[in-house]
Amino acid sequence: MAQSGIMRFLDSLSSKRGIRHIVYSFSVIFFFALILLPPILGIILKWNTMGQILEAPDLLSRAMDSIYASFAIAIFVSTIDILAGLPMAWFIARGKSRWLSVLDTLTDVPFIVPTVTLGYSFLLFWSEPQGISSLFGVDSLVSPGWLLIILLHFAFSYPAVVRVMVGALLDYKQEYEEAARTLGATPFTADRTVTLPILKHSLIAAFTLAFARSISETGATMMVAGTFQHGPIFIKTHLDQEGTLVFVSFILIAVSCLIYAAIRLLGPRLKMPVKRVWPTTEKRLSSSGVVTLRNSVTFLAFFLMVLIPTLFVALPAGRAIFSGTLNKALAGLYPWEGYWHSLTLSYLVGAVVTLLNVLLSLPMAILIARRRIGTVPSAILDILVNIPMIIPSTALGASLGIFWKENFAFAPEIWLLIFAHLSITYPYFVRSMSAAVERIPIELEEASRTLGARPFRVFKTVILPLTKYSLLAGAIMMFTRSVDETGATIAVVTELRTAPVLLVDWVNLLQQGKLTSLDMGLGCGFLVIFSFIILLILRFIARGRR
Amino acid sequence: MPEVRLVNVTKTFGKGKIVAVDNVSFRVEDKEYFSLLGPSGCGKTTLLRIIAGLVEPDEGEIYIGGKLVNDVAPEDRGVGFVFQTFALFPHMDVWDNVTYGPLVKAWEEKDKKNIGREMLEMVKLFERLDAFPSELSGGMMQRVALARALAAGAKLLLLDEPLGQLDAKIRNELRYELRRFVTDLELTGIHVTHDQAEAMAISDRIAVMRKGRILQVGTPQELYMRPQHLFVAHFIGESNFLEGYVSKATGKESVIELRGGLLVRTLDKTHKRDDKVIVAVRPEVLTIEKGKKEGINTFFGEVERFRFEGTNTRCEIRLENGDSVIVVRPALMAEWLEVGEKVSVSFPVEKNFVFAYPEKGLKEELALE
Repeated sequence: MAQSGIMRFLDSLSSKRGIRHIVYSFSVIFFFALILLPPILGIILKWNTMGQILEAPDLLSRAMDSIYASFAIAIFVSTIDILAGLPMAWFIARGKSRWLSVLDTLTDVPFIVPTVTLGYSFLLFWSEPQGISSLFGVDSLVSPGWLLIILLHFAFSYPAVVRVMVGALLDYKQEYEEAARTLGATPFTADRTVTLPILKHSLIAAFTLAFARSISETGATMMVAGTFQHGPIFIKTHLDQEGTLVFVSFILIAVSCLIYAAIRLLGPRLKMPVKRVWPTTEKRLSSSGVVTLRNSVTFLAFFLMVLIPTLFVALPAGRAIFSGTLNKALAGLYPWEGYWHSLTLSYLVGAVVTLLNVLLSLPMAILIARRRIGTVPSAILDILVNIPMIIPSTALGASLGIFWKENFAFAPEIWLLIFAHLSITYPYFVRSMSAAVERIPIELEEASRTLGARPFRVFKTVILPLTKYSLLAGAIMMFTRSVDETGATIAVVTELRTAPVLLVDWVNLLQQGKLTSLDMGLGCGFLVIFSFIILLILRFIARGRR
Repeated sequence: MPEVRLVNVTKTFGKGKIVAVDNVSFRVEDKEYFSLLGPSGCGKTTLLRIIAGLVEPDEGEIYIGGKLVNDVAPEDRGVGFVFQTFALFPHMDVWDNVTYGPLVKAWEEKDKKNIGREMLEMVKLFERLDAFPSELSGGMMQRVALARALAAGAKLLLLDEPLGQLDAKIRNELRYELRRFVTDLELTGIHVTHDQAEAMAISDRIAVMRKGRILQVGTPQELYMRPQHLFVAHFIGESNFLEGYVSKATGKESVIELRGGLLVRTLDKTHKRDDKVIVAVRPEVLTIEKGKKEGINTFFGEVERFRFEGTNTRCEIRLENGDSVIVVRPALMAEWLEVGEKVSVSFPVEKNFVFAYPEKGLKEELALE
């Protein structure tokens, strides 16, 4: 009864236009005040400190090199992710094997394994003697450096591309392709001239997502970078030099926004070459032999460059269980004293951030999806909410750190951590929810209103049931992203240690011989186990959706 | 040249649980306009897609122009396919859509331009060549889809409910236009539809399908005048169905006793005494007279409903034995009746069809799904 009383109260409140305006306004104010403006203001506040780096040509040159490296790696990785991920997405979406759902799940693995764990796993697989190097009789097949960064970024961006393209291919009306075939096009020609141009927006979205993941990654990259420095690592190593920090953060944020704007504005105008056809060559490319070869290369690339290196950390983790390391870990002996605290902190921050963002960003998602404030302002908001996702998290963290510490020095460090994670995870939920709300025909809402439901009841009985899986998926995505976050965390806190930050520290200790690889493996292993539980929940949700 | 022959074609889905096409054989002659007619889900679209090569049959053979094409890819079968949703490429304008076939077949630029122009002029859309599909009306999209299929040089045109998405008025206009194009260009056409009026209006021959099987193939007149299956009598046109037993069979004619002892005289020679049968009578062959009349195949009853439907009037009459019949008369010639009015209905001895009573019952036999 009490609950229905609250519901009735909310229901009657929701029919008041003023209350609705307050809810939406609060959501917009929250976005600007806590998500978007702090990082920008952080840079503006310290604008004058940039002179420090401009007067040091050597430092400036190294900073520019690192920034260049960040964008070059992100663009290169996103391109090869599209080339390798597209055939895999095609195979999953169009294949008929009953093992496809297993393959589909496996492609998600790098997405769900925390990136720091991924980084260590890649380091072990490619650079340590117990990895693939042992097959070639060398100590390190790929030494830490730019090539290993590319391999790592390729792997953790790969699932994003496959996921987006599988979704696009499943939604795609295959009649277009069939029409092309009956008009004389070979399968290759039909895909090239009809399917891919129609799926252009999804290709651009996949590229943007892969680019954003690569440009933003810090924790895992630190593990495999060696002495190589890209933008986020440069920031991390110059946290004590304010001018350098502000300069590199500014350039990284500005260029990321420019690239994102260029993709959004120029992407739709991009013309794909459909006006020329080479029938003989394209017929050959459509032959079953070539298709088998393409699929084989796709699988080989996936297993050898994505899946096996991702899961390689299971070996030391497994050995640790039988070597007494597990007992040491459970007893909290060195180096495990801080581990459980860090793990708890990570999940706690993740939960708080998820809860706050769900409550505060839901009206924003509806505002964007339903264009409540007009088409153009809604489109602008839609672009703005993506910004925290496409800028490097270290740069975001650095400028956020400056803003909060400068203006709110009294704020405890945990607040800064929560604010930083709120910024970074915000777009994941708003994007997921606004897309889900947009898919619901407005007529359903109107039908509900004409039947006597007030706005809150419409939300509760129509919008929520139809978007609950997107809401849950968005919430889980935010939670894992927060637990996973390293770059911004390092930039905003000095005392607190979340699990990924602790593991980055452990790699340094490992290199100094103060830690065994079994400790490191098990530390990563625990994170992986929790991540797999989350993956299972995701799969469960996806199944419920079908 | 492109006559089409299907021999024992079967297609199942869901590991054999759903039989979409069940052992179907038929032949479509060169330059013939042939329709596959049946209710939704009867397998007609699957059959068309099998002919186009878009779906592989589990069993059976498909011949186009005398050549076995089971292993020939869709792009090499030389067919033009018009989809129900038109499937116009949204990223291409009208010109690029229409010339897509010549483009992928690497025709000479001059030939490509000529055929594109010719086809667009034929469908009266040359002035809209730079419009995108989203800027066209349903009727225009249908014309572009047709021009695109024809520009690829196909002599066999496959049409999957090509008028299904259009308004009734435009549909009626376009169906004759469609037929004229096929005749003028001397093509063979196979047209899938669930609209019997559409199939009757434009087809040389029609195959009536139900649950994956072909029940009867014939000209529109044959199907209407001499249905060989209860479902065909029901689906092509309209019929009243009266249940009864053969009480007298002379070899020249028979008498069927309906419920309540009503007697129907027919020219049926195929059933013997005591067979349970269904007599089918078209609503338009029944006549109505006010009051109680005597005569052969004349029955007394009461008007239950009377409706004016524009061209016709429709009258539902409850006979004295409890059976119900519908009588359709041209509105200008019909007598206007009141509900509850006593009338007599009658029909000629030669204007009815007698079918054996179906094993699974009448309702099941007439069910559309």
